[in-house]
Amino acid sequence: MSSVVLTSVSVGYEGRPVVRDLDLTVASGEWLSLIGPNGAGKTTILRAIARLVPFQGDIVIGGHPVTGLSSRNLARGIAMLVQEPQMPAGMTVAQYVLLGRSPHLGYLGRESSHDRRVVKDVLRRLALDELAARSLDKLSGGERQRAAIARALAQGAPVLLIDEPTTSLDVGRQQSVLELIDQLRHEQELTVIAAMHELTLAGQYSDRLALLVEGRLVATGTAAQVLTEPTISAHYGAEVRVIDMNGSGTAVVPVRR
Amino acid sequence: MTVGVKPASARRLAGGSPTLLRGLPRLPWIWAAAGCVALLLCCAIGVLAGPVHIGLGTVARALLAPLPWFGTASSIDPGQANILWSLRFPRVVLGVLVGGTLAVAGAAYQGVFRNPLADPYLLGAAAGANLGATLAIAFAPGTSVSGINIVPLAAFVGAGAAVAGAYALGRSVTGLRSATGLILAGVAIATFFNSIQSYVQQTQTSSIRMVYSWILGRLVTAGWDDVLLVLPYVALSVAVIFLHRRLLDALTLGEDEITSLGISTRRIRLIVVVAATLGTAAVVAVGGTIAFVGIIIPHTIRLLVGRSYRVVIPLSVLFGAAFLVLADTAARTIVAPAELPIGVITAFLGAPFFIVVMRSTRGAPL
Repeated sequence: MSSVVLTSVSVGYEGRPVVRDLDLTVASGEWLSLIGPNGAGKTTILRAIARLVPFQGDIVIGGHPVTGLSSRNLARGIAMLVQEPQMPAGMTVAQYVLLGRSPHLGYLGRESSHDRRVVKDVLRRLALDELAARSLDKLSGGERQRAAIARALAQGAPVLLIDEPTTSLDVGRQQSVLELIDQLRHEQELTVIAAMHELTLAGQYSDRLALLVEGRLVATGTAAQVLTEPTISAHYGAEVRVIDMNGSGTAVVPVRR
Repeated sequence: MTVGVKPASARRLAGGSPTLLRGLPRLPWIWAAAGCVALLLCCAIGVLAGPVHIGLGTVARALLAPLPWFGTASSIDPGQANILWSLRFPRVVLGVLVGGTLAVAGAAYQGVFRNPLADPYLLGAAAGANLGATLAIAFAPGTSVSGINIVPLAAFVGAGAAVAGAYALGRSVTGLRSATGLILAGVAIATFFNSIQSYVQQTQTSSIRMVYSWILGRLVTAGWDDVLLVLPYVALSVAVIFLHRRLLDALTLGEDEITSLGISTRRIRLIVVVAATLGTAAVVAVGGTIAFVGIIIPHTIRLLVGRSYRVVIPLSVLFGAAFLVLADTAARTIVAPAELPIGVITAFLGAPFFIVVMRSTRGAPL
C-alpha cells in the first residue's frame, strides 16, 4: 500500500532542468537508494516526492497522486528526513519528536494521549527515552540523528524519504544509523527512498540502486548490477576498485590514479 | 556505537505510564504564580501611587462598592472614589492591556519571523501610528468622532494601513515564501511613512511638542473609553496568538521540515501577523509607540524559564502587563507633578535589566 511510482517526472529550478523525464517505481517495503555525482538531482527527486518543489509528470504514493492530497494527508503518507535537520536550541527531544505528530492534529489541535503514547514508544525503540528531557543542543551528532529519525517515525508514515543520512557521521555512527533504519523498515514495513553519497553503504543496505547523472536515470538494479568499475568510472570520473565481499555486499574503494 | 531497536519484550519491561512523557514543555506553576503575584503587586502600586494619598482599604472598598451585596459605597469619600474610578483604575487596566499585548505581540513576531530582534513594530505599525497621530494632531486637533478623540483613531488606522501595505508589498515581491521579503517590505513602508511624518512635523512646528509627547508613549489620558476601545482587539489578538503556541514552536524547525509535517507556514504567518498587528495597532492608538516591551519581556522569559511558546506566550502576557504598569507608575511619580514619557521609562528600566539577565544566563540561546 506504500509503493511510490514516478512517471515522466521533470523538475527545474529557474528554467534550468535538474531532473529530466524520470520513470521510477519503488515497491512497498523496498529500500531504494538514489546515487550519483554531485548535482545529479538526488535531493531534488526526494523534494519532488514530498511536494517541496513543483514538478511535471506524475508521482503516485500508494495509488494516490501526491498532487491530489492535502498537505496533512501527504504528511501522513510521507515522512522526510532532511540532510541537516534544524534542531532548535532549547527544545527537548520529547518536544521535537512530538512535532512529528502534527499531521495527525487539527490546525489548532493539541496532542492527545495517543500521540504522547506513540512518541513514548518511538523514543523507547530508538533508545532515546533516557534523553527525552534533554535539550537538542546538548546531544551528540549520533543522538541528534536518532532524534531526527524518531521525529520522522512519529509521523507514522509508510514512506520514509532520507536525504544523505550519514553525512558528517563517523563510520561507526554511519553503520548504526543505517542498521537502525533497516531494522525499522522491516519491523514497520516502511518503504525507504534514500539519497546516498557513500556507495559502499548504499550498496550494502539498499535492495536496489538508481544511478542518476545530470537529472537522468542511467542505471537501476542491485548493487552488483550498478556498482561496477566501468559504470562508476564513466559517471563519477573516479578510479575505483569494486570488491565482492563474499556475501557481505560490495565495497567500492577509490584508488590513486 | 551500536544502537538498535529495542525488542517488544524490552519495551514492555520498560514500564511506566504509557502516556506520561517526560521532557514536554509545561508552564511552570511557580513562574505562573510569580507572574500573577507580580501583576497584582504592580497593579496595587499603580493604584496606590499618586499625589492624593488613598489607602489600600479604600481601594478595596471602592472595588467592591459596585457589587450589590457590598453596601460600602457610602463609606468612601466621593472625591477619592472619583479619583480611583476615573483616573487610576482605567489607567492601570489600560497599562495591563498595553503591556500584555505588546509583550505577546513581540513574542509572536519573533516566532513567525524567526528573528530575535523582531518587535511588534516590525512591519511598520509604529510608523503608521505615528503618521496617523501626527496628521490628526497637526490638522484636526481636539476633534472627536462619536465621542472618541481622533488621535487614537487616526493612529489605529495608520498602523493598520502600514502593516497592510507592508504585507501587500511583501506578498507581491516574494509571495510570502520568505520572511525576509516581508521584513524588508516593512522597513520600506516604515521609512516611507516616517519621511511623510517628518515633513508634516517640519511644516507644522506648532504641534511638534504634542507629536513627540505622543510618539514617546503615555497613558496620561487613559479613561474607560480607551479601555473599551482597545479591549475587543486586544482580547482577540491575545486569544489567537495563545491558540498558536504549538504552531509557533513548530516554526522553529527548518522550512522543508515544517512543510513535510503538513504545516502551512504562510497560513500561520498570515493569521499570527494579523492578530499581533491588530492588538499592536489598538494599544499603540491609545498609548503611543512604547518601545522595548515586545523585545525584553519575551527574551527575559526565554532566558529564565524556557524557549517554548507554550511557556513564553502566557508568561509574556503576565510579565508584560506587570512591567508596563510599573513603568507607567514610575513615569508619573518620578518627576511629579510632571510626567515622563513611558517609552523613556521602559527603555531606561528595561535595557539595564535585560543586560543583567543576559549576563547572568551567559551561554543560554536566545
